[in-house]
Amino acid sequence: MTPARDRRPSGPGTKADRARGGRDPSGDRPALADPLDGPLSPEAGEDVHAPPVEAGAALPPSVAITGIAGNLGKKLAKLLHGDTRLVGIDRRPFREKPKDVEHHQLDIRKNRLEEVFRRARVDAIAHLGLKHDPRERASEAHSFNVAGTQKLLDLAVRHRVGKVVLLSSANVYGPLPGNPNFLPEETPLLGAARFPNVRDLIEVDMYVQSFMWKHPEVETVVLRPVNIVGPTVRNAPSNYLRLEHPLTVLGFDPMVQLIHEEDVCSAIALALRPGVRGVFNVTGPGEVPLSTVLRELGRDPVPVPDFLLRALARRLFDARLSNYPPGEIDYIQYLCAVDGSRFVRETGWTPKYSLRETIRSVLPPL
Amino acid sequence: MAGLGDEIKERLRRWTLELGGPGMRERLEKLTPPRNEYGVDPYGFDVDYLQAASAPLLWLYRKYFRVEAHGLENVPNEGRVLLVANHSGQLPFDAAMVEVACFADKDPPRAVRALVDRWVPTLPFVSTIFARCGQIVGTPENCRRLLAADEALLVFPEGTRGLNKPFAKRYQLQGFGQGFLRLALESDAPIVPVGVVGAEEQAPALFDLKPLARLLAFPHFPVTATVLPFPMPVRYRLWFGEPMRFGGSPDDEDSVLAAKVARVKAAVAGLLARGLEERPHVFW
Repeated sequence: MTPARDRRPSGPGTKADRARGGRDPSGDRPALADPLDGPLSPEAGEDVHAPPVEAGAALPPSVAITGIAGNLGKKLAKLLHGDTRLVGIDRRPFREKPKDVEHHQLDIRKNRLEEVFRRARVDAIAHLGLKHDPRERASEAHSFNVAGTQKLLDLAVRHRVGKVVLLSSANVYGPLPGNPNFLPEETPLLGAARFPNVRDLIEVDMYVQSFMWKHPEVETVVLRPVNIVGPTVRNAPSNYLRLEHPLTVLGFDPMVQLIHEEDVCSAIALALRPGVRGVFNVTGPGEVPLSTVLRELGRDPVPVPDFLLRALARRLFDARLSNYPPGEIDYIQYLCAVDGSRFVRETGWTPKYSLRETIRSVLPPL
Repeated sequence: MAGLGDEIKERLRRWTLELGGPGMRERLEKLTPPRNEYGVDPYGFDVDYLQAASAPLLWLYRKYFRVEAHGLENVPNEGRVLLVANHSGQLPFDAAMVEVACFADKDPPRAVRALVDRWVPTLPFVSTIFARCGQIVGTPENCRRLLAADEALLVFPEGTRGLNKPFAKRYQLQGFGQGFLRLALESDAPIVPVGVVGAEEQAPALFDLKPLARLLAFPHFPVTATVLPFPMPVRYRLWFGEPMRFGGSPDDEDSVLAAKVARVKAAVAGLLARGLEERPHVFW
């Protein structure tokens, strides 16, 4: 989000989980319904669906989770464990793995991936394993994210996986000065205009959308959660909020949306249930000015004028003194807030954590 | 730093209550939009902030521009509504005065949100102050959402064409955009025409310094008699006309809409003509 003065803590998972929040639409639309239709303004209320997920709708009997060894992946595994058979797919080893979880330590681009599907039936895939590390070589990250997703979806079709849930991010829309206050799911994905690092995610998001059309037999969900924060996630937004003296843009104080990691997991769990299909923003408990978040956390922000901050961010990033690429500044300068009402309307999902609890979740436990 | 900021805020708040006279606190309380636990609505409107920020505006309203508001009862007390006004004065004090009139002089008070240009969010400080005071960027999505939530919006269909026109064109309405009327039809919202008399003379512009405007990425750069567009102590007169309702499809062709837009424009022009005729003097 913003250039850091100190290096990010290099704990486990520092690298992969830069996923930001989104929301996932669920609803039993007919297979070929436009995944993006629906009213622009939820309050207009023309599109009244009964929540398509019946209270008792069960999870699919088996769920594969890519990126299971990341912090969010572990959280999701913990949430689903016991309710369904879990299959982990990650290049990293999965420590603290429960005994009955089957883990495959492999690269999703490799042919060995198919073995996972041959060995045991997979009914649903939660695709969390995308790389968001700005330090990763761009070509490698692109190949892993895009080619990997394509491979995964090909196998999903071949092995009759009934459900695919992609964890995208609300950041695909991009923080543009002329943005409306709440971006609906139909908004073009312009995030890469000034922040190239988000290109992979946009490409994956769009690829999965076209997959949704080509393969109506696979129930596909794209979740675009807002900024994910929480005690275990170590993504750019949560690390920014952990800085004692975060840099801010002088004179700018955009509204920000945060979602607790557990609330994202519950949204993914809901999206995995039968009947949910489409593209959904996932918002947390509400919107607050960035300054309010920093005040709640007791931070001492250092406001820097826009042009200086951009030059500074570039130098710090190049010198490896911060892990925030300069394009991230837009996220603390302009608005990139989304309308998450469709997911709520169609699935009945609600965040468990309040605004204050969500903000404070980045603090070390007392 | 923060302590100083709080001190200033507290003083401004007291000043607001002083200028507003008795009942000001209650009036501000009533404006409360739906708020979260931090006192901010989903668009960033913060009533506490407004209480502090409105002190200088109230001072302008009561002491400097000595605003006279006529026909405030035409602004509905509740329900969605579009206030459509002429725009002038180089800096948008006209918007501020219409809003202050609606919460300081109207009974019961009403929060009015002005729609601001898309370049405003690129301005440091201004973007933040505007957002905390309830102003929002005038995208169709924002307008639809707010009208659906039964809020009152203030629109200047002339945009910066009206705001930054030279003095020679004072009180000549510039081209009206049609977007506001499509929104009114779509949301079935009444339109209250507003004539702002006085703002035209607050900062007479001699010419528009286009190259500098381009350099700064501003829509215009008016050069006024005072060089910078500081307002002179003209007297403002606000005229609120009777609500107008239109029927028809929001997707009609431009030519069909143009006739309806012309009726709104004529209503604003009528209010301006009356206001100009009845005012004794520009300054008092």
